[in-house]
Amino acid sequence: MISLAGRDILHAWGKFVFTGIGLGLLIGVTLTMAGVYRGMVDDGRALLDNSGADLWVVQKDTLGPYAESSSVNDDVYRSLLAMPGIAQAVNVTYLTMQVRRGDSDVRAMVVGIAPGELGTPGWPPYLVAGRQITRGHYEAVADIASGFRVGDRLTIRRNHYVVVGLTRRMVSSSGDPMVFIPLKDAQEAQFLKDNDAIWQSRRRTGANPAFNRPGVPDLLDAVIASQSTNAFVNAVLVTIKPGHAPDEVARSVGRWKRLTAYTRLQMEDILVGKLIATSARQIGMFLVILAVVSAAIVAFIIYTLTMDKIREIAVLKLIGTRNRTIAAMIMQQALALGLIGFVVGKITATFAAPLFPKYVLLVPFDSIAGFFAVLAICVLASVIAIRMALRVDPAEAIGG
Amino acid sequence: MKRLPLQGRTVALVAVIVPLLALFIYVALRSGPLAPVSVTVASVETRPITPALFGIGTVQTRYTYRIGPTFAGRVKRLDVHVGDRVKAGQVLGEMDPVDLDQRIRAQGAALKRAEATLREAAARQTFARSQARRYEQLFAVRSISEELATTKHQELQIADAALSGAQEELIRTRSDGEALIAQRNNLRLVAPVDGLVAVRDVDPGTTIVAGQPVVEVIAPESLWINARFDQISASGLAAGLPARIVLRSHNGQTLTGRVLRVEPMADAVTEETLAKVAFDSRPEPLPPIGELAEVTIALPTLPTAPVIPNAAVRREAGQVGVWKIVDGDARFTPVKLGAGDLDGQVQVLEGVRDGEQVVVYSEKALTARSRIDIVDDIPGASR
Repeated sequence: MISLAGRDILHAWGKFVFTGIGLGLLIGVTLTMAGVYRGMVDDGRALLDNSGADLWVVQKDTLGPYAESSSVNDDVYRSLLAMPGIAQAVNVTYLTMQVRRGDSDVRAMVVGIAPGELGTPGWPPYLVAGRQITRGHYEAVADIASGFRVGDRLTIRRNHYVVVGLTRRMVSSSGDPMVFIPLKDAQEAQFLKDNDAIWQSRRRTGANPAFNRPGVPDLLDAVIASQSTNAFVNAVLVTIKPGHAPDEVARSVGRWKRLTAYTRLQMEDILVGKLIATSARQIGMFLVILAVVSAAIVAFIIYTLTMDKIREIAVLKLIGTRNRTIAAMIMQQALALGLIGFVVGKITATFAAPLFPKYVLLVPFDSIAGFFAVLAICVLASVIAIRMALRVDPAEAIGG
Repeated sequence: MKRLPLQGRTVALVAVIVPLLALFIYVALRSGPLAPVSVTVASVETRPITPALFGIGTVQTRYTYRIGPTFAGRVKRLDVHVGDRVKAGQVLGEMDPVDLDQRIRAQGAALKRAEATLREAAARQTFARSQARRYEQLFAVRSISEELATTKHQELQIADAALSGAQEELIRTRSDGEALIAQRNNLRLVAPVDGLVAVRDVDPGTTIVAGQPVVEVIAPESLWINARFDQISASGLAAGLPARIVLRSHNGQTLTGRVLRVEPMADAVTEETLAKVAFDSRPEPLPPIGELAEVTIALPTLPTAPVIPNAAVRREAGQVGVWKIVDGDARFTPVKLGAGDLDGQVQVLEGVRDGEQVVVYSEKALTARSRIDIVDDIPGASR
């Protein structure tokens, strides 16, 4: 038995393939949009993965350090280390700012990482070039998305940093590349104002009679010195000893240390559920619309393709072809169209993804779901087309 | 003849479909979770490394002389300005003596009066002694009463006492005078050593409290760097180690120095160990006091051990280790790390052997199921 569908496709293969490719581009856009959404969520997760922590200890009753500002004293980690169940407690600071290189600047999240042995939480977990920071000051590891290269000199506030290493996929929840610098520098950078502001602040303090007392000449210096230190960090990253439940440790930190501790799940909830919720929903909404539009277009294409052949179908009916054969022809064609569309879509999405400024993550599950969705839409569309085809009057073949 | 166009169409269709499928399969295998992870590898080398410590500090002087009066007063004059070189003993300025000169003059007059009183007492005593001797002789021949002789003797004793009182009064008055002169001299602000005026806090006419410095003199040859090293990476810091110093104003220019001492008191708040680093030769021109300096201390070279780049060290499930290449696959091996140097090489005490290959850079985080693709450079990472 010959394949009616195959014959028909071969008959007008150019039209068929180009329709498939056009459909594929549409599916590609939909897949890419799904990738944009996934990428957004993944940016948030990457932030958590890269910190390598089990618990985030932040200022009491804040959603820090990513979703809200939080500051804790930088010696809190010592008392945390003394708590049962805590293996490591490491200070960390996060500050989103413009990092200058030469004349240009790049928006980056500056992460202050605590000194320690290699593999300390907060450090970049892997590199693509260079080395990890070895000096306690003025070295930086930058994400490759920032455009920096090993050996570049960056300016953060008034200090210069040499890029010694590059990493990949180290981004903040809003997709800004991270620049890792030593903690002490980061604490300073977070606090340090420009020199004019410092001078003005000194003058203001000097003008305050409470601080500038003739009888106590050293008081002013002491006050200014106390104003120009920053003994705060944004969070303490904690890893848990095996055999302890993160929830339990988080509860005991909250109870005894008067701080708030978030577990990985809670943090993901904050990041994905709160920080990027609206923009993710925005993209998600757009994705839904795009999917609906794509489905409608697929249905229309298959419907019109069938309607184009209505005369031929009438002839087939006239010569006594069984309904099943006609239905199979239409459905096979629809599925073939969907298949070509999906293949083209997947290819375009994959090649287009790296061109986007922010991360686009193509999840295999999305592709598979997309595949079945395309097939389902094709089947549904062909069902309508089949109903039309079977209702056609064979007389039309010879009639008007 | 009739079948040929159909075959041509089939060929054309196949020509479109097959590359499309091939591309699709390539895409499916080369992206997403099935794609191999590009990694670069390095061989473990056994060689010695020279660890070093890196710290920052500020230029300071070992000796700073804060010169000021010992009691409250007003500055009368100040002869030196910031940047002047001064000699030991040089008078830098003077406090206002207020009434001290008048008191010295009064004390001079009082001294003269005391001397006069002394002379008077001496004259009285001489007279009293001769009288006493005469009356004693007269009493010996019984020409006067015993009472009269005793009276004269007593008068001599009184004159003696008056004389010694006048002598002591003279000493007291003279000492009082000397004390005032000493106080007067103390109002002069004198440089204790040869040095450089670094700070001039007040100007003439200012009233200052006791002990408040008026000028600060530094000894330039005692310049050193108060360096701070993070305690976590300060092991091995010891006096006598050679140091390389880069001043913030002279970037790229390295000065040499030596650790003079490691402070017994560390900074508990900033968690830093403090050390003083002296310059081998005095830098010219003199760097400003308080300038930021970067100090690199070279530690003794360690014996040979397997060495890997620090970028190879990863943390998996709470364990520090490396991804070792075994039969073309990456396998995570926990390691124990030793010392590292500032160029990013780190010693491995346990876990890898010489000649083994470890993953240095990877395109993404590796997992036990990752397929790897060994490349020379991670795409996009090199210029």
